[in-house]
Amino acid sequence: MKEISLYIHIPFCISKCYYCDFSSFANMDDKIHLYIHSLIVELSLYKERLKNYSLKTIFIGGGTPSCIDSKYIYKIFEYIYKNFHTSELTEITIEANPGTLNKEKIKVYKEAKINRVSMGVQTLDDALLKTIGRIHDVEDFLRSYEMLRQAHINNINVDLIFGLPNQKIQDVMNSLKKVVELGAPHISHYGLILEENTPLYVLYKEGKISIPDEDDERLMYHKATEYLTHHGYSHYEISNYALPKYECKHNLVYWNVLPYLGIGLSSHSNMEGKRFWNTSNINTYIENLEKSNLPIEGEETIDLQTEIGEFCILGLRKIAGINKVEFRERFGIEIEDIYNDIINKHNNNGLITNNDRYIQLTKKGLDLSNVVEIDFFK
Amino acid sequence: MDRKLKNIRNFSIIAHIDHGKSTLADRLIERTGMLTSREMQNQVLDNMDLERERGITIKLKAVRLVYNAKDGEEYILNLIDTPGHVDFTYEVSRSLAACEGAILVIDATQGIEAQTLANVYLALDQNLEIVPVINKIDLPSARPDEVKKEVEDIIGIDCEEAPLISAKEGLNIEDVLESIVKNVPAPKGDPNGPLKALIFDSYYDSYKGVICYIRVFEGTIKPGMNIRMMSTGKSYEVVEVGVNTSKHITLDKLGPGEVGFITASIKNVKDATVGDTITDHMNPTEEALPGYKKVIPMVYCGIYPAEGEDFNTVREALEKLQVNDAALDFEPESSVALGFGFRCGFLGLLHMEIIQERLEREFDLNIITTAPSVIYKVTKTTGEVLQIQNPSNLPPTTEIQYMEEPIVKANIMTPTEYVGAIMELCQNKRGIFLNMEYLEEKRVVLHYELPLNEVIYDFFDALKSKTRGYASLDYDLKGYQQSELVKMDILINGEMVDAFSLIVHEEKAYERGRNIAERLVDVIPRHQFAVPIQAAIGSKIIARETIRALRKDVLAKCYGGDISRKKKLLEKQKEGKKRMRQIGSVEVPQEAFLTVLKYDEK
Repeated sequence: MKEISLYIHIPFCISKCYYCDFSSFANMDDKIHLYIHSLIVELSLYKERLKNYSLKTIFIGGGTPSCIDSKYIYKIFEYIYKNFHTSELTEITIEANPGTLNKEKIKVYKEAKINRVSMGVQTLDDALLKTIGRIHDVEDFLRSYEMLRQAHINNINVDLIFGLPNQKIQDVMNSLKKVVELGAPHISHYGLILEENTPLYVLYKEGKISIPDEDDERLMYHKATEYLTHHGYSHYEISNYALPKYECKHNLVYWNVLPYLGIGLSSHSNMEGKRFWNTSNINTYIENLEKSNLPIEGEETIDLQTEIGEFCILGLRKIAGINKVEFRERFGIEIEDIYNDIINKHNNNGLITNNDRYIQLTKKGLDLSNVVEIDFFK
Repeated sequence: MDRKLKNIRNFSIIAHIDHGKSTLADRLIERTGMLTSREMQNQVLDNMDLERERGITIKLKAVRLVYNAKDGEEYILNLIDTPGHVDFTYEVSRSLAACEGAILVIDATQGIEAQTLANVYLALDQNLEIVPVINKIDLPSARPDEVKKEVEDIIGIDCEEAPLISAKEGLNIEDVLESIVKNVPAPKGDPNGPLKALIFDSYYDSYKGVICYIRVFEGTIKPGMNIRMMSTGKSYEVVEVGVNTSKHITLDKLGPGEVGFITASIKNVKDATVGDTITDHMNPTEEALPGYKKVIPMVYCGIYPAEGEDFNTVREALEKLQVNDAALDFEPESSVALGFGFRCGFLGLLHMEIIQERLEREFDLNIITTAPSVIYKVTKTTGEVLQIQNPSNLPPTTEIQYMEEPIVKANIMTPTEYVGAIMELCQNKRGIFLNMEYLEEKRVVLHYELPLNEVIYDFFDALKSKTRGYASLDYDLKGYQQSELVKMDILINGEMVDAFSLIVHEEKAYERGRNIAERLVDVIPRHQFAVPIQAAIGSKIIARETIRALRKDVLAKCYGGDISRKKKLLEKQKEGKKRMRQIGSVEVPQEAFLTVLKYDEK
């Protein structure tokens, strides 16, 4: 049976963070019930198509999936276990924010066989948390973390952001240190992206906040990598670090260009030679599903050339790099037969290394990965 | 007088740009009933898109109107359109030579402008009868009485009976037609005399060969007749003669005073030069009509195929444009930075812009234009004199005895409140003030001598911006003058980029150098290494800026949904890269070549 991963989007939040441009809403509680109902309808519409697929990983993302009543989460899983092949499931993740978790919720998650929690913490500095519009403080995080451990959920990811307004390299290291001391087996460490139309972006444009310059931001990145590697974490993707065997299987599906189905508002899928994505308008989403129509907004057919490009671009995001053996097995051609000039060019300018098995970004290449990736694209 | 001649009127419309010439032409065509309103495009004479958009008429055309006048007679009115811009003075005089009169359109809100005067002088040179018309009287700010007085005082023509019209609203158009009939003299000429016809325009038609627009002065031209071009001596058999109404109408002959077209299986436009006289091969006239002086391009620039564009395609396009535009001059050249391209000569900056736009729009070409240059006269130490219009061809300074640059006499008409700003601008542009005349209480004309290379740089833009569009400019070449000129080069990452080289006045070099370097820093994307931008005179660096090295170009997050987003981002970056020129190890966007020309308001 073929394998597939499942992503489920829960777009609700208690309040919206100042840097966030995801598909998520605060103050839409009245829609939750209807939305979950729609999700299940959407799942049911894929029942036939997933008949020959076995689910490998599930990821409940958001938004803040932990902010809604856990009975909804349970209902979703109830449907999944009843209607899809789930015996091969290895990793089931839910995203949770400190301050929205409690023992009852965690108990329900356990019943739903959720075995991994990804926590949006961002920084372990209370003042900074306020600046970026987070509703929790460091204490909340520590409490939530402890609750998960007590419930024997040990596979925990901690999301951190660096390059925040006025953040100093020392602040970044302090946050990391605390997380490492807790023993969190997985850390995602993202450089802040100032997305247009977010409050933080507006403040920045108006000159009301300053963010670390490029040199400092890169220093933060490399210092963090050095520190985490030193403490036993493997740096396995541009922004991700894990203790041995704790790499996120679900996310590796994305980076290995393997099939996944996305359910829910604005979610994306990649299966059967197509990438397709749902509407990001919640009313359109609900209305479509009321009529049992898929809420798909667009799709792109992935021809061989595109697939090869995606394989390389996403392959480069992994620190191990593009697996040349896999490339050969998957496409029946040597990577050099297509990209020889590009590989040489970036090898010569010090952005990649190339050996028998992998093409990987160098330290400098990690800073300028777009420069390399653009050449592998089409 | 021949009854036929008595009822013909040949005229042009002259005006300052935007005073409503094309709109009036439309109305005249409409009123004479030659066209139904359904046939009327917005502006019938301006049939190129570009012209309509810019509101100016580039290529002249002739159209025949039939008008039943109040005296009960039917008149043939030949309207010969003229371009309205200072760059096209030459073409204006071409069409005026085919007329007996000119309608002078003056905007009732603006009054006389620089080009109004320039065009009036051209018409007076040709001994034309000038028929003043005051337009836009429907506008609340119209002041027809003052404007009439202005015309009488400044130009010295009687405006007592000048029609007060609104071309836009179609108001009093009849008065214009009556005034033409009454005031424009009828043509003269003997239908049986030896043929003498002036070619005032020609273009190539792929089915019929060259189509010549002509004005017959003496004799008669008919199909089957053998004609001779007086400048080349070549002869052809006339295939068709006809006139333009809304479309071509063929006739059996054209007689004296008449305006129309002929075809004669002429394969090459060069064999039917505008300004040439056509005569009867069997019964030639003794004397040709006074021709036109050959037009001399004043402004040059390089036009290069952009990345992915073919040299030959650009050449073919330029050749096609040249067929309709005798003023366009070009020859192949090559640049280290831009490869093979063409050095093109234009009448002025506007002409240059129009050609660029036509290449891009009509031929769908992707081109790069280099900074415009004028023709410099270089006297070498050996005494040899060179004409240089490409800075790259300038000999080494050690071989130069002295250099001369073209100077124009500029007339700037402006409301008095902007005099200070204009004087400052002209001074800044190395202008020499000659004098100032009051046209009326609140309007003056400033006379300056200005170096042409300053005028073509950003003078128009600066003038427009400093006077909120109220000042108007007209200029003509005065001559050459010795000047302290230097060649300034731009170095990108230590490499000289010939396409950026300029000849500038010594005193201006620092400012221009700094300005260009600053602009290039803004338009050239950051690279993996720091890129110095330098301006240099010889080996001396006069300005330096640095494009900082790119430290970070990475997307922190890339999950399921981000992949499409990421691909879009890369696609956009890639699209941008396609428009880059590789100069050494630096990628330079094509806009960079344009930034050298832009006016910088400080």
